[in-house]
Order: sequence, then C-alpha cells, then structure tokens
Amino acid sequence: MSSIGTGYDLSVTTFSPDGRVFQIEYAAKAVDNSGTVVGIKCKDGIVMGVEKLIASKMMLPGSNRRIHSVHRHAGMAVAGLAADGRQIVARAKSEARSYESVYGEAVPVKELSERVASYVHLCTLYWWLRPFGCGVILGGYDRDGPQLYMIEPSGISYRYFGAAIGKGKQAAKTEIEKLKLSEMTCKEGVIEVAKIIYKLHDEAKDKAFELEMSWICEESKREHQKVPDNLLEEAKTAAKTALEEMDAD
Amino acid sequence: MDLNLDAPHSMGTTIIGVTYNGGVVLGADSRTSTGMYVANRASDKITQLTDNVYVCRSGSAADSQVVSDYVRYFLHQHTIQLGQPATVKVSANLIRMLAYNNKNMLQTGLIVGGWDKYEGGKIYGIPLGGTVVEQPFAIGGSGSSYLYGFFDQAWKENMTKEEAEQLVVKAVSLAIARDGASGGVVRTVIINEEGVTRNFYPGDQLQLWHEELEPQNSLLDILNAAGPEPMAM
Repeated sequence: MSSIGTGYDLSVTTFSPDGRVFQIEYAAKAVDNSGTVVGIKCKDGIVMGVEKLIASKMMLPGSNRRIHSVHRHAGMAVAGLAADGRQIVARAKSEARSYESVYGEAVPVKELSERVASYVHLCTLYWWLRPFGCGVILGGYDRDGPQLYMIEPSGISYRYFGAAIGKGKQAAKTEIEKLKLSEMTCKEGVIEVAKIIYKLHDEAKDKAFELEMSWICEESKREHQKVPDNLLEEAKTAAKTALEEMDAD
Repeated sequence: MDLNLDAPHSMGTTIIGVTYNGGVVLGADSRTSTGMYVANRASDKITQLTDNVYVCRSGSAADSQVVSDYVRYFLHQHTIQLGQPATVKVSANLIRMLAYNNKNMLQTGLIVGGWDKYEGGKIYGIPLGGTVVEQPFAIGGSGSSYLYGFFDQAWKENMTKEEAEQLVVKAVSLAIARDGASGGVVRTVIINEEGVTRNFYPGDQLQLWHEELEPQNSLLDILNAAGPEPMAM
C-alpha cells in the first residue's frame, strides 16, 4: 500500500494532499525491516519473544538485548532502530520511576503506555526532530491484571491480546489468532511464541537468529524477567520439532 | 485574661480514623481556637479530597486547608488521567509529599481515610514531620493524648459499621470532656463501597462522663417561666 510522496515527504510537519504524513509512514517502514517481535497475553500473564537477527558470527550470544525491563512489573520488547529503542526504554524507565515517587504506587501499565506514546508522538510534531524509527511492545502486570500494549512510531498506543511487529508480523498475527489465549497459561504461551517465531523466520533471506524471550506471570512472581533457561530450551526444542514436522509433510 | 485575638487559628482538635469490616469511619470535634477564644465552635474538620477519600485536619487551620486544597487538585487531575477513582494510598502519598517537603513551614497533622476497590477501607496517619503510617485506626490532635489508653482497651478488629461509629463518637466525646482545645459537636463520616454518609452529634446530646454536670437551666429561663400552680382549695 505504498505510494511515493514526492514533495510532501521531506518534513514530518507536512501533510500530503490526501491527509498523510509520509515521514511517519517511512519511520514505520524502518520497523517493518527489523526482526519480528511478538507479544501475547495469556490468562495468567504476558509472554514476549524477539527474533533477534544476528548480524555477525563474532557477536556474543545474549548481547544486544532487544527486551528490556522498564520496572519490576513491566517490560518492553523493541523492533526497529536499536538506538532509538534505547531512548524509548530510557524514557519509560524514567516515567515509571517518577510516577512511583510522586504517587507512591507502581505505575499502572495503561498510564505508562500513555506516557510513552505521548513522548513518541512528541517527536512527530517538530521539524527539527525525526520520528522514532522503532515500535515497542509493552507488557506489564498491575492491579488490574496482565496487560499488553503496542506503541507505534506515530505515537498510537493500543491494548492487545496479541501483537506483532517487524518483518514477519503478518504471518505472526495469523498464527496468534489461531491460539486460544484466554485458556493458555504462560508456560504454554512460551512454547507457542517460540514456535511462531521459528515458523516465520525466513532461512533464505536472513541467516542466523537468536530467540530472546521474557515473561511476567504468577510464576515469575508478577515480575518481568527472562524466561528461565530450562523452559527456553524446552521451547526451542518444541519449535524445531514442529518445524521439522511441517517440512516433512 | 489574655485572649490574644491575633493568635493564628489553630484547631486544638480531636481527630480519629477507624477501619471496620467493609470501610472506615472518620470522626472529629468542631472547635477552632484563636488563642483562648473559640473562633468557630461548629467547624467541619473532615474534608473531602475525592468521592471516596476524606481527610481529618488538625494543627494549623490554614496549613491543613491549603494542603487539602492542593491534594484535592492533584487527585482530580490524577483521576482524569487514570480513568478511575484514585486509591486511598495515592491520596495519602500526595499529602505526605507536601507535608514532608515543607516540614519546616507546615504545622499540621492529618488522618487520611477512604475506600477503594483494590484495598477496601484504609486509614493512613500523617503526623507532623511527614511520616505516613497505614494503621487499622489512628488518632490525632491535642485531644488524642487522652485517648491512647481508651483505644488500647476498646479497639477490636472487624467491628460492624455501627460499633465503629459508636466507638468514634464515644472517643471524641471523652476527649472533648478533658481537652480544653476540643469541643463543640461530634462529626462523623462513614465511607464504604456504597458511598459516603455524614453524621452529626450535637454536644449537648453526648453522654456525660465522670464529674460532668447536668446542664443547668439558666436563671433567665427560671425567672421567666410561669409561676407555681395556685393551690387548689
């Protein structure tokens, strides 16, 4: 659905005649070129997974993390320009801290997502700033239960049961829709997310990738943390087996 | 006798906040004094912050009013932002921030009480320095000195709404009897899931305590009353 914005796409403060701001749409394209990020809300928590494309064999596994903890009870998975993502995470951490110091309670996830979205949107209002070239999936567990939000470069933020951004987002969304999320526990969710990411990884176009996953659920005591190693290995094995079964057909 | 009408308005006060099974009961006397003069004998020391959170004020009348006004304003904005009623804990924290950060200039002790859907009925005591303490019941003001022993004996967990209100009225009444800076009427505010109820107990209808005299009719009433019945023949 792309069109050339000739002349109307030079500045983020210019609308095109058909009412679009092309710079924001181009920023979204930067997100679409990055490795897929998937987030789901299960009945007892949130699971997030990232298809971290490895640029070079020399990189240490576990470096260049794409999932960050924003507060004890919330985490963010970033897709798009990594440096931009770091800024957004830093801002989210700062907002969460300042809310807690003023109001004396952990920031509700809805409030945090609104603040981050508002900051991302801010950078689409001035010609001397460029929009953030990254989308973010924010998962958290507060007094109203587990919640999943997605924030796009335009500054929009919506709440989701399942969300995906990046290269394989269409395929990922199709797979997520097949899942029965309201009946799934996070433990099962981890396996499913791993399967989805392995399935949509394109071996031909992108060579190696590392699977990075995190969760917030009753088992993690409602704190955002990396999925425990043994469960992660179990998920990877299940995903690879599922792939082989598919290929065997 | 030195009335000192220029002394700052202070609420000598007795304030109380008590949790019960399902909500909280806040109570206070109604005396505001300027030195020895009672500037207002029917003041309302229980102030609304939000639909579900109220605060009992003691100490400097001006300081406590200003703090309440700021916090009401902040909570209003917070409620709009959040999209749902503010919690009692957040209300108490905002009061604490003001009380602590301005401790050199303020002289007010507050008791925050209310009901929210997450924690139910809660009471937070915020004395002079800006400490915040969550308690099953809290007492404050000059009259509270006379109530520590009383509450040690009379307080129990999981009271009913009626028991809790009776306890509060009795306590304020006892404090009024002993503390010169507390007096007037007893006001109570009950907050629970259903809403808020305000009650009023006039001073002359309160029970008389040890050595308190019956109200005497004044000589004006006696002299103006009709004479004794003429003797029947």
